[in-house]
Amino acid sequence: MPAPLFEYLLRIGDDRLVLGHRNSEWCGHGPILEEDIALANISLDLIGQAQLLLNLAGQLEGQGRDADTLAYWRDDVQFRNLQMAELPKGDFAFTMMRQFLFSAWANLQLEGPIQGNHEDLKGIAAKAHKENRYHLRHASEWVIRMGDGTEESHRRAQAALDELWPWTGEMFQQDDVDRAVAEQGAVVVAADLEPRWRAAVTDLLGRARLTIPTAPMRMTGGRKGRHTEYLGRMLAEMQIVARSHPGATW
Amino acid sequence: MVDAAVGGRPQTAAEVIDALRSVKDPEVPVIDVVELGIVRGATVEGGRVTVSVTPTYSGCPATQVIEREIRRALVARGFEEVVVNTVLFPAWTTDWIAPEGREKLRVYGIAPPGPAAELELVQLGRPAKAVPCPWCGSSNTTRESEFGSTACKSIHSCHSCHQPFEHFKPL
Repeated sequence: MPAPLFEYLLRIGDDRLVLGHRNSEWCGHGPILEEDIALANISLDLIGQAQLLLNLAGQLEGQGRDADTLAYWRDDVQFRNLQMAELPKGDFAFTMMRQFLFSAWANLQLEGPIQGNHEDLKGIAAKAHKENRYHLRHASEWVIRMGDGTEESHRRAQAALDELWPWTGEMFQQDDVDRAVAEQGAVVVAADLEPRWRAAVTDLLGRARLTIPTAPMRMTGGRKGRHTEYLGRMLAEMQIVARSHPGATW
Repeated sequence: MVDAAVGGRPQTAAEVIDALRSVKDPEVPVIDVVELGIVRGATVEGGRVTVSVTPTYSGCPATQVIEREIRRALVARGFEEVVVNTVLFPAWTTDWIAPEGREKLRVYGIAPPGPAAELELVQLGRPAKAVPCPWCGSSNTTRESEFGSTACKSIHSCHSCHQPFEHFKPL
């Protein structure tokens, strides 16, 4: 079994790699120029965070794999991201709602490694946490604008929330990996992440005049390498150049 | 005998750091890497120098360029071996940008960052603390977009002098 901290880094690194890639699909397709640029910048932050986390994972593993090797040469069953991150980008409301739900979680979840005892991880997490606050603010403001906007924007925002809600439960599941990294002190694993997230999200969605779905938060499996059909297709596109021309540089 | 004063090989950490003032941020070329607060220290052992650098934004494409430029600048000053050591902890903050660097940003037309301590999570519908216009100093400004030409900057406009401007976001 791989070291728990390696596994933990893959999880939070893959979340950012996959979500960053999904958001980057808006580049050149944003509804307005400012949003095109904003989504590209959010992607850049997320992929940068992924690079730092996956490089650290590779160092800890000690088998010569770096962020590029881990990003381009693993198959979908070896990815550890949340399933929510891999869903297709959908419309702008779906992308922003996902970013909001994820960033609201990351805002609390990243406190864990920040409070831990692993210096490099603390530094990476502290920076990511600050960057994430801008992502959260940007997405929050869009959720309010859309939810409390026109009939059409409200309809789309509510539809996005309804579709995403069942996938959010995975963010709060804890297993042996979390217990092990907590035990070694690298991460302070909070037991109250879900109620705190729910309180923050409920407040904002209320301001956006959106209704929290009653559907169970049931989708799960990403942390164990079980993914939707969408991840494989996304990786095929993301990995094709690296795999067609191994070791190529420019 | 080389003389640091005329561009010879620096002998001390302070001289190395001084030499790095020739390396500019490629995306904000008015400010150097020392003013940007990313140079955390240097050690000299004869012809070998080690520079510790803390990266800015996680995904900043300038990071690699800066590392290459630091290497180039120090080789040009006579070092045979230049080691650039990345220090991730503690994380860089805009609070480390030197006062003279902030003033250079403002003159260049980029409103410098305020304290990084607190960022209000939602400003929509609330009176936001306005960023002063770098051109005319007016506080009658609004944020047009959270993200600008780079991840570290937002876009604003001034209602007094009617100029758009960028703001280096506190991080």
